[in-house]
Amino acid sequence: MNTAVNFTDAAKTALKNPTLRFNFRQAMDSLRERRAAQFPDQDELERARDLAGAIRRRSLNHLAEKLVQLESQCQKNGIQVHWAETPAQANEIILEVCQRHDAKHVIKGKSMVSEECHLNDYLAKHDIEALESDLGEYIVQIDGETPSHIIMPAIHKNKKEIAELFAEKIPGVEYTEDVDTLTAIARKVLRSKFETAAVGISGVNFAVAETGTLCLVENEGNGRMTTTVPPVHIAITGIEKVVPSLSDVAPLYSVLTRSATGQHATTYFNMISSPRREGERDGPQEVHLVLLDNGRSKIYQDERMQDTLKCIRCGACMNHCPVYTRIGGHAYGTVYPGPIGQILNPQQYGIDQQGEMLSACSLNGACGEACPVRIPIPSLISELRHEATRNDQAGTVYGQGALRKLHEAVVWGSWKWIHRTPWAYKAMGLAATRLRRLVPSAAMGPWTKTRVKPALAEKTLHELMKERES
Amino acid sequence: MSARDRILSRLQHDVIASDNEIDLSVHLDKQFDTQEKLERFTEKLESVHGEIIRCSENDWTQTLARVVDAEQIENLTLGLGALPDQAADAVSCAVRRYDADIEDWKGQLFSDVQAGFTTCRGGIAETGSLLLWPSIDEPRLLSLVPPIHIALLFAKDIANTFTEVLCTQNWQDGMPTNALMISGPSKSADIAQVLAYGVHGPKRLIVLLAE
Repeated sequence: MNTAVNFTDAAKTALKNPTLRFNFRQAMDSLRERRAAQFPDQDELERARDLAGAIRRRSLNHLAEKLVQLESQCQKNGIQVHWAETPAQANEIILEVCQRHDAKHVIKGKSMVSEECHLNDYLAKHDIEALESDLGEYIVQIDGETPSHIIMPAIHKNKKEIAELFAEKIPGVEYTEDVDTLTAIARKVLRSKFETAAVGISGVNFAVAETGTLCLVENEGNGRMTTTVPPVHIAITGIEKVVPSLSDVAPLYSVLTRSATGQHATTYFNMISSPRREGERDGPQEVHLVLLDNGRSKIYQDERMQDTLKCIRCGACMNHCPVYTRIGGHAYGTVYPGPIGQILNPQQYGIDQQGEMLSACSLNGACGEACPVRIPIPSLISELRHEATRNDQAGTVYGQGALRKLHEAVVWGSWKWIHRTPWAYKAMGLAATRLRRLVPSAAMGPWTKTRVKPALAEKTLHELMKERES
Repeated sequence: MSARDRILSRLQHDVIASDNEIDLSVHLDKQFDTQEKLERFTEKLESVHGEIIRCSENDWTQTLARVVDAEQIENLTLGLGALPDQAADAVSCAVRRYDADIEDWKGQLFSDVQAGFTTCRGGIAETGSLLLWPSIDEPRLLSLVPPIHIALLFAKDIANTFTEVLCTQNWQDGMPTNALMISGPSKSADIAQVLAYGVHGPKRLIVLLAE
């Protein structure tokens, strides 16, 4: 579970914070421009999306079989595979490995799945310090925050805020806004941690069933450090990240980096297939893979919703979302913010718990157009809105019907009846035009709180068309 | 029933949807001639702060020696094998071989080593990337921990695309412990989207491109 945050209140608070809005606006504008620059040829973009979408679709079509193959290939390579249905189980598995190696502190590469598990807090409760090594994750961690973007965790902070944070939290550091100096400070702190950590914990971008290979995409080198220097490496990932064959990773990697940060390639693409082999000089002696379900198999069972699992976590949907751009990631109060979060969180945790954010969408379609694997996010949001208000108990999503309101149901029931009853339809048209001045502002709901009441026309469209014909 | 079996049972379905055709042509159609490959590789790698020094297959050792002098590199760590041997013989700075387990000299590697030299398995023209298969002779951290990474790449080993490499070189028949694609020095834009280099890995990547 995520921390309970009232989405509407959090969104309102975020909208009132000009610094936050400026930071997000600037960052999202630049990320969108950079992505666009990577796809100068529209035809190539569409073909690359077709291909990536087809690869993810095929992976899901054979998910169970490919997971079993991944497991057996990994085991053959010497990687120990663990299965977890819930974050609690995943945490226990990881804790057990850490304790077996007497780990007092562990170093982490970026992993959104570990955020799902609130792994750092769990390990802390058992006296194990888990330090984030991705620069953005490190920044939010030392400030006691969570990531506000899945690719750029500290995007909500500007230089000044980070300069203040470093000066306050890192002993012996003086205030500086120089980014190279700030980066060098973090490098120094984290290098000593890499050297001494007993366990490294990372995420996985793609897990290749054919070869039992774990692929990690990154720019900083912290992912490589985490997976190479400590004697034990634990990788944690969602069960949907498996792809059938090695040749599948190149097209996915290509659309991932271009869509996420507008890079033609990231600095490192790291493919790990086994622990240290006989004679090798470095690398972990033990590699573990934790496969987490946490609601994914439930999503899988509903064919309408399965596309949710195609996601490769590039974040392009949030970069292109007008709502996310204005309120930022923290307002969602969840691990995954933005459009992908809007379809994932309600399904993982139930509409009753995380359904409120479904209303934060104008169905403008920008996320669906940006998605490199063609997830129809707007249709899925519509579908979930239907799940949220249905009262027939015939849906599959947890907490279905939780957002149903009587007055809304009455309004839409009447709407439906009016549109199927000619005389009522005519009467409503006449009333709306002839009595237009009498419509109270309050009847328009929140719309008129910050806007002028829209003026209704004097005549109905039918009347206007008839006049034109005569 | 174990967690594994419960998860797998929930993923069973009666009808397996038919697979769409996987059409790789959008990547595989990208074919560059020798000259284009070199130009594209150079342009892309330089655009991400990689440094390329072109040399010939016969005199790359002299070029390496010049780079080491020009950059005032005082110590260089190399792996084992014929090419690292040639490199070690050519340079005038102190030379250390990565010939011990990391546990025996971790502190030294992290604090004292200024530059690391590695060979490459190949390169990729489309993205200006190096392909490395670290090995017993050239371990994984050699291209990561030293602040400067000097890589030797033979121009003839540059392929068009990563997709082409994975479709034609049969990596799946025997993956190494670790395979890497490296495109530039370590970097981050996590502070206010300002690019900074040398976050955790090397601050500089110098590629000796031997033709």
